[in-house]
Amino acid sequence: MRYRKGAITLLALIGVALALPAMAAPEEAYRTFLGYDSRIAIWIIAELHLMFGAFVLGVPIFAVTIEIIGWKTKDPRYDKLAYEFTQLLSGAFGFTATLGGLLAFSLFGLYPKFMDYLSGVFHDVMYIYALLFFVESITLYLYYYLWHKMAKQKGLHILLGILLNVCGTVIMMVANSWASFMMSPVGIAKDTNQFIGSAWQAMNNPLWHPLNLHRFLGNVAFGGFVCGAYAAIRYLGAKTQEERAHYDWMGYIGNFCAVCGLIPLPFAGYYLGREVYSNSAVMGNNMMGGAFSWTFIIQAILIGGLFIGSNYYLWIGMHRIPGSERYTKYIKFIDIIIILCFAVWLTPHNLPLSAEEQISVGGQYHPTLKYLGLMSGKNAVVNFIILSTFLSFLLYRRANLGEGIPFSKQGAKSRWILLGIAAGLILILGSYSNYLFHLNPAALDLPADKAKYFKLPAILLLVQITAMLVAVAMTFMNRGKIGQMLYLGITIIDITFVLGVYGYIVMAVANPFLRNVAVTQWMTMMSSLVLVTTLDVFLFKGAPQVGEMTWGKMPSRSQYTLIFLCVFIVMLIGLMGFIRSGLRENWHIYGVMQDTSPGSWTPDNALMAKVVSACGLIFLSAVSFLFWLTSAAEKKAHKPDEGPAAHPKAAPPAHEKTARSRS
Amino acid sequence: MPKRRIPILAKVVGVVIGIYILIRFVIQPPLPFSLVFMYMSLTVVGVLVYVSIYDDVWNEFTLPIEEFFRGRSDRGAVWQGVRLIVLAMIPLFIGWGVYNKVKPSYNPPAEQRVVHPAPPFEVAGLNNPLRQRPEKYQDYIKLGSKIYFQNCFYCHGDRFDGEGHFAHGFNLPPANFMDAGTIAQLQESFVFWRVSTGGPGLPAESTPWNSAMPKWEDMLNTEERWAVVMYLYEQTGWKPRTWQ
Ligand code: HEC
Repeated sequence: MRYRKGAITLLALIGVALALPAMAAPEEAYRTFLGYDSRIAIWIIAELHLMFGAFVLGVPIFAVTIEIIGWKTKDPRYDKLAYEFTQLLSGAFGFTATLGGLLAFSLFGLYPKFMDYLSGVFHDVMYIYALLFFVESITLYLYYYLWHKMAKQKGLHILLGILLNVCGTVIMMVANSWASFMMSPVGIAKDTNQFIGSAWQAMNNPLWHPLNLHRFLGNVAFGGFVCGAYAAIRYLGAKTQEERAHYDWMGYIGNFCAVCGLIPLPFAGYYLGREVYSNSAVMGNNMMGGAFSWTFIIQAILIGGLFIGSNYYLWIGMHRIPGSERYTKYIKFIDIIIILCFAVWLTPHNLPLSAEEQISVGGQYHPTLKYLGLMSGKNAVVNFIILSTFLSFLLYRRANLGEGIPFSKQGAKSRWILLGIAAGLILILGSYSNYLFHLNPAALDLPADKAKYFKLPAILLLVQITAMLVAVAMTFMNRGKIGQMLYLGITIIDITFVLGVYGYIVMAVANPFLRNVAVTQWMTMMSSLVLVTTLDVFLFKGAPQVGEMTWGKMPSRSQYTLIFLCVFIVMLIGLMGFIRSGLRENWHIYGVMQDTSPGSWTPDNALMAKVVSACGLIFLSAVSFLFWLTSAAEKKAHKPDEGPAAHPKAAPPAHEKTARSRS
Repeated sequence: MPKRRIPILAKVVGVVIGIYILIRFVIQPPLPFSLVFMYMSLTVVGVLVYVSIYDDVWNEFTLPIEEFFRGRSDRGAVWQGVRLIVLAMIPLFIGWGVYNKVKPSYNPPAEQRVVHPAPPFEVAGLNNPLRQRPEKYQDYIKLGSKIYFQNCFYCHGDRFDGEGHFAHGFNLPPANFMDAGTIAQLQESFVFWRVSTGGPGLPAESTPWNSAMPKWEDMLNTEERWAVVMYLYEQTGWKPRTWQ
């Protein structure tokens, strides 16, 4: 009841906020926030709104996925977990809406002239936005409150969940269009700076989709890590072994979902970065080589922490698995690889130097190490890190399993599925290879004689295809494990060592082509993830378990790792928010409407660190409060009718089923 | 007889020290402090991750540390003596660090100088007007060559490698145009801007050292500046960078 009332008030609030454009008085360009710096006020409010928004958009994606898994496997424990995730949502949704309302109020109040311009462009869309918000909140509350009532109509309930996700994603896209319009405006009359385009044109600006993709994946990672931390705290405070087992499992799933979002994120980032560059070389220069280059080193540290932390958590998780001893010897190597790769990833091209060091190094760049700082090196190691993380998952998955049914005995269905997936991958790799063979250098502004540099990546794609055929053939001959390792091995050699080195040559002689090299690396890497996972599913089909998974016996440092991951992702999202918004420098709308307020200067890194930390602290405190509320409410609700006895099988499912959820 | 193993703690310390020596002394020219710090932090993280995955390894690793801090009465006088000395050194070490931190120093703080800052907004859209007239290409190259050898080669060298006569007199060495990291990765408009406004035109993030690069717009006209830029690309074989 409390939530429903809250939601209605909030919606009213948003309605008012959206009606404000009419009330704004554009004569006055800027006002102060209760006498304080209005820019910092907006910054904090917007960042908090975004953090809650990321959570509220990310969590339903995997809540519904888990619900579907529960529905398909008829395992009530998945359903319980999905419900628990949704419980966390409903509180956070209220906060998101309040902050959204506050943000709208403050924007219209503090930046009336700018908001007048922006609502002039987007006012139609703003009403649609409000409507969508309304639909979203209704679906969320229906989804949440009718969970148990609709247990019989599961299909319909899942449909509600999907609708919720669609609404959420569209809402995010609409809001993204405003933010990306401010970075890459279109439809502007050159001489008057008046907006002459249509609202759709403005929405469909060059940075819209890159931003959509990046935020979508980021939200999944964010939601996963925050839920992981929730589970960790519940685990640490758990009183019974049964509770511990449940929260151990929840933490594992949270981390798993987060990593699924994290793996494609570097490429979404690369895509966004590329588009920022193409859209404005000034902004691009500023981002990677200029005032914001330090922030990218901080970003690299945070992302490094996320990857190392989630791998570490997985490795400790091997504790749960009888039979994992067979694989422990590999962990050392994965650890070394990941650390080495991060050393490369962190090495800046342009070094922070003291005056003496500057003289002894002989310039701004170190003569040998400068290569590690270049884009090509970074692309190579990012792929390697992702493949290593994937390998950790692979080991984790098979740690508990014995030999599966030989593939030749698995029947026609398995064969067709495998062939179908392989054919699809070959088609994708093949058509890109074909594209590279026929790529016209003029399309990249390169002279015709540079076409020879396009050959190697195209040939490597053909090598990958051959390797894939071999791997599939080996699987048919019941040698699938070797086939898997063959494909993975060739992928690593191909993208990290061959293309990684080749990238330096390309950078020197045919720079624009580096983008295609990166795409080749990425496609090869993805093909490896898909093929090896598919093979793994078939290889271990019907495999007996070496022993029962022992959930709830993790050492507490693993749980602190989950909390650490949550803190890191919160700081990361805050930092990236600063970069995205700060890139506009002293422009409200880049190149069109200048920010002439006293707070128009670009904050230095010290101020950035303070404000982002403050946002992180506020967010984490608010979320802790919400989670505490949720668990308190849950205790109250569960006591009278269902004690632990009502859930005889409340422990999480055995490994078999989590394996399925991962495939 | 069971094989005597090297204790984990000793292995860990060995690995960390080994890597430190490698990073600090083997790689030349010496790495700046910021990188050494970064690599060493990563090493420590990697090693700690490794020893803390399994409980038995972790316990074996932490036990000697724990015993050291708690103290053990059953150990001999040497152990006790070493323990006291090390314990006493901890506050001394911290004190030394504090002293170093507050001691006045004439070194400017470590900075990450931005070599290629964002140019002013207007610059990004510029196109080389001389390229519109391909029929006069050779004339412009000739003009560029004249400008270069009258004005630039003292610093940037007759082989375009930044090794001109005066080069070693400047901190911030003159740019080496043959290197893939200078004009090869810049747009023509950017290079034109750098030639026009020189060191004085650099924004704050490209300090703290002042660049000796002169502000050529005071001395050369627009055509001459574009011509010398074109000449640089012609001679080095690089193509100006373009953004798709
Ligand atoms: C007094 C010595 C001196 C002279 C003469 C000189 N330069 Fe420079 N130039 C420098 C120094 C030092 C730098 C590196 C610091 C900087 O970027 O400003 C530099 C940098 C440059 C850069 C920037 C390269 C980059 O990667 O950003 C260009 C372009 C350049 N010089 C072109 C010229 C041209 C063309 C001339 C002749 C018209 C010229 N310079 C004359 C000292 C000089």
